[in-house]
Amino acid sequence: MKLLIKGGRVIDPASGKDKKGNVYIEDGKIKSHPADTKKIEGEPGVEVIDAKGEIVAPGLVDIHVHLREPGFEYKETIKTGCESAAAGGFTSIVCMPNTNPVNDNASVTEYIMLKARTEGIVNVFPIGAITKGEKGETLAQIGEMYEAGCVGISDDGMPVMNSKVMRHAMEYVKAFGIPVLTHAEDKNLSGHGVMNEGDNSTLLGLGGIPSASEDVMVSRDITLAELTGTHLHICHVSTAGAVRLIRAAKKRGVRITAEAAPHHFTLTDRAVAEYDTNAKMNPPLRREADRAALVEGLKDGTIDAIATDHAPHSEDEKKVEFDLAPFGIVGLETSLPLSLKLVEDGILTLQEMIEKMTSIPSGILNLGRGTLEAGAPGDVVIFDAEAPVKIDRTKFRSKSKNTPFDGWDLKGRVLYTIVGGKVVYSG
Amino acid sequence: MAFERKHILGLEELTAGEITLVLDTAESMREVSDRDVKKVPALRGVTVCNLFFEPSTRTRSSFEIAEKRLSADVLNFTTIHSSVVKGETLLDTARNLEAMGASMIVIRHPMSGAPWLLAKELNSSIINAGDGWHEHPSQGLLDLFTVRRLKGRIEGLKIAIVGDILHSRVARSDIWGFTKLGAEVRVVGPPTLVPKYIEEINAKPHYNLEDAIEGADVVIMLRIQRERQDSEFFPSLREYSRFYGLTRDKLKVAAKDVTVMHPGPINRGVELSSDIADGAEAVILEQVSNGIAVRMAMFYLVASARRTS
Amino acid sequence: MADKVVMDSDSVNRTISRIVNQILERNNGAAGVVIVGIRTRGVHIATRIANEIEKLEGIRPEMGTLDITLYRDDLRQKTEWPKVEKTEVPFDLDDKKVILVDDVIYTGRTTRAAIEAIMDFGRPSSIQVVTLIDRGHRELPIQPDYTGLKLNTLSSETVRVHLKEADGKDEVVVVKQ
Repeated sequence: MKLLIKGGRVIDPASGKDKKGNVYIEDGKIKSHPADTKKIEGEPGVEVIDAKGEIVAPGLVDIHVHLREPGFEYKETIKTGCESAAAGGFTSIVCMPNTNPVNDNASVTEYIMLKARTEGIVNVFPIGAITKGEKGETLAQIGEMYEAGCVGISDDGMPVMNSKVMRHAMEYVKAFGIPVLTHAEDKNLSGHGVMNEGDNSTLLGLGGIPSASEDVMVSRDITLAELTGTHLHICHVSTAGAVRLIRAAKKRGVRITAEAAPHHFTLTDRAVAEYDTNAKMNPPLRREADRAALVEGLKDGTIDAIATDHAPHSEDEKKVEFDLAPFGIVGLETSLPLSLKLVEDGILTLQEMIEKMTSIPSGILNLGRGTLEAGAPGDVVIFDAEAPVKIDRTKFRSKSKNTPFDGWDLKGRVLYTIVGGKVVYSG
Repeated sequence: MAFERKHILGLEELTAGEITLVLDTAESMREVSDRDVKKVPALRGVTVCNLFFEPSTRTRSSFEIAEKRLSADVLNFTTIHSSVVKGETLLDTARNLEAMGASMIVIRHPMSGAPWLLAKELNSSIINAGDGWHEHPSQGLLDLFTVRRLKGRIEGLKIAIVGDILHSRVARSDIWGFTKLGAEVRVVGPPTLVPKYIEEINAKPHYNLEDAIEGADVVIMLRIQRERQDSEFFPSLREYSRFYGLTRDKLKVAAKDVTVMHPGPINRGVELSSDIADGAEAVILEQVSNGIAVRMAMFYLVASARRTS
Repeated sequence: MADKVVMDSDSVNRTISRIVNQILERNNGAAGVVIVGIRTRGVHIATRIANEIEKLEGIRPEMGTLDITLYRDDLRQKTEWPKVEKTEVPFDLDDKKVILVDDVIYTGRTTRAAIEAIMDFGRPSSIQVVTLIDRGHRELPIQPDYTGLKLNTLSSETVRVHLKEADGKDEVVVVKQ
C-alpha cells in the first residue's frame, strides 16, 4: 500500500522541519519526503492526497483517554473511542485502567489489545493499574501487564493515598523502565467536593475541591520521584500551585513530566453556572488565576504535553442532580480546535502546539510515534488550521456527547487521519 | 411592575424590585391570613405539587396552607432521597407528577441545584423550597418580610447571621436578599463553618459572636445540625454553644431594639437560650405566620408570570 | 377620538347626595349600615357617602376597602395580572347592611367578585350595590340598587370617572376609541 501526500505544509517538530513538501508512505511506514513526486505518481497503486494549503503533521497522540471497555460499553467502546480519536486527528491513544474489571492484570490488558487490533482504527496503548482493583493497597501485576503491552501504570481517578504503596510502585517499575502516572489528589481534602472550591462553589452551595488537594499530592509525588529516581508523569494539572511545584522540581532536575487538558486551559469554574453537569470533571475547572498559570506553564515548557482526559458518560448519567453526576467530559473531538486557540492567542507557535500533541507525549510513554521522519510509522494528520468549525455534539463519533463546548465557534478542521498509511478518517 | 419569572429558584437571581414586589404582595396575603375565612379563589383549578425529598413537615405544611388559601389543588409527594439506593431519577419522578396535571412544583431536595434541573427540563413552574446548601428563597423572603414589618425598612440595617454558614441555604438566601435591599450582612460561626470565600458574596465574616452582633438590628440564628459535631467541624455541641450560642448577656452589645430570628426548629440551649427564644426580642412564631403570606405571594406572582409569558 | 363629558363636578356631587338620601330612606337611617368601596375609585365615592351620612345622621358608618384581584374570574385568561393591593375590612360584617360602592358597573363580574369577597368576611344581612355609572352590557344577573346615571354605551367606548381625590377634578367622560 502506497500513499503520497502532496504539497502540504509539513510540520514535524521532532526533526525541526516546517516547510512545504511531500510525504510518501509505503508499507505502513514513512518512506521519504520526496522533492519531486512525478516518479512516484507514475508508479502503479499509489494513492495521492493533495494537501495544498493544508498542514501535514504527525498523527496526534493523546496519552489520557478513557475507553470504558471492558465494563462500561454503554458509555464508549474501544471501537467508538478509536473512531472518535480518528475524527479528532489522533492516531495513537493511551487508555486508562479504570474499566470493569480494572486493568490490573495481563488478561485484561490482552483483551484490550486484542479488541484494539480487531476493532480499533487507531493505535491503542493501555495503562495498567498501580494497585489491585485501584484500591491503593497491594501492587497490581505490573510486570505481566508490561509484557502484555502496558506502557505505564496509574490508578487514574483513584489516587494512591498510602505513600508507602506509592513509593513501592515507583521503585518496582524501575525493573521495566515505564513511568508512573499520577492523578494527584488528596481524597480526604477533597471530601465530597464536586467542583472547585471558590466563590462560585460558595454561592452555588456545592461541595468544594480545594486546589490544595491537588497541590498537596503533586508535592508528595514529586518528593517520591526524587526519592526513587523514577520517571513520574503528572496527569491533568489544573492548579497554579501544581504548576509552580512542577516548575521548581524540573529546575532541580527531578524526572517529571506533566500534561494539561484543553478544558482546564480554556475554561474556569464560571462554566459551572446553572449546575451544568457537563462542566463537572475531576480535577475540576479552577479559577482564572489557575487557568492563566496553566497557559504560562504550557508556554515555558513546565507543562510538557496536551492530553484530553476524554471521559465519556451517557446522557442519562449526566441528566441528574449535580452531586450525582459522574466526573468527566469527552475531549477527543474538540482537542485540536481548542489547542489551536492557544496558537491564535499567541501563546504557542503552531510547531510548539503540534509538538505538545505528538512527539512529546509519545516520548513520555516511549510510544515510538509522533514524527514524520523516514522509518517512523505512517501516522499522519492533515488539517486546516484556519477553517471555522462549530462544535456540534450530535455529530460526535464518540458514543457519549458530554461536552461543555457544544455550539462553540472555533477554528481547525481535520481533513484526513492516516494510521499506518491508511486513511481512517476524512472530513 | 409585572413579575416575569416562571420559576423562583433563588434570591440571587431576583432584582431588588422583584423582591420588593413579592414583599408588597405578601402584605395583601397577610391580610387574607388574618381573616376568619382564610381563603381566596385566585388559584382555582391550578394543581400544585409539593415534591419533598427531605422530611420537613414544617416547610411543607406552610407551603400547603399557602396553596390551599389560594384555592389550588394540592398534591403531596414526600420521599426520602437516597444516593445509595438507586431508584427512579428525579426527572422521571417530576415528569410523572407533571403528567398528573401539576403545573407548579414545589421542590425540597438535599442536593444543591436540583430545582434547576427541573426548571431546565420541565414545563411546570418550579418553586425552590430549599436545595442542599444553596438557597431557601421562601425563608429568605419571609425573613425580609418579617424585618420590614417590624423595622419599617431594610436599607441601612445591620444583620448578623450566626451559625453553620457553610451548610446553610437559609444563610445564602438571607445574604442575597438583605444585601440587595441595602442592608449590611455579617456572618459568624466557627471558622470551619464560615466559607473562605463568603466575603466575595458580600457578607463580612466574623469568628467572634460579640464582634458580629455589636450594634446589630437583627440577629438570625441558624439551626446547628447535631450530626456536624461528629465530623471534624467542631469538637462538641457544648463547646459550640459556649462560643456561638446566643444568651441574654451576649445580646447586650446588639442594638437596643434588636430582633432575634430563627428559621426553626430550635435547639433550645444550644444556639439559643430559652429566655431569648421566649423573650420579647424573638419573633420566631411571627416568622412562621409570615411564611404563609410570603409563599402565597410567590405562588400568585409565579402564576401571573405563567399566564403572561 | 372624541370625548364626551356626561357629568360635571356639580352633577357628581348632586348625584352622590341623592344616593345617600336613597340609602337612608331605604334603610331607615344609618343604623347597621357599613360602607365598602371597591378599589380604587369606588373607595373615594364610598368615603364621600360616609362623610355625607355622618353630616346628615350624626354618626359615621364603618368604612372598608376591597381589592378584588384575588377573586377575579379572569385570572386564568388575563394577559396582564394586576398587582394585589390591600383589602381592609377591620370590622365585623355579620348582620350588617353592606353598601358596596364602585364607580362603574359594566359586565357585573367585578361586583360578583366583590360580593364573593364580602361573603368571606362574614354573613351580612344584606348587600346593596351603589354605582355612579351603569353603562349596561351586563354578562351576569347582577343589578345595582342605587344608580347615579344610566348610560347607553358601545363596547368600544370607555367610561372614565375622574374624582378630585385621584384626578384633581370631578368629571365623567365617555371616550370613543
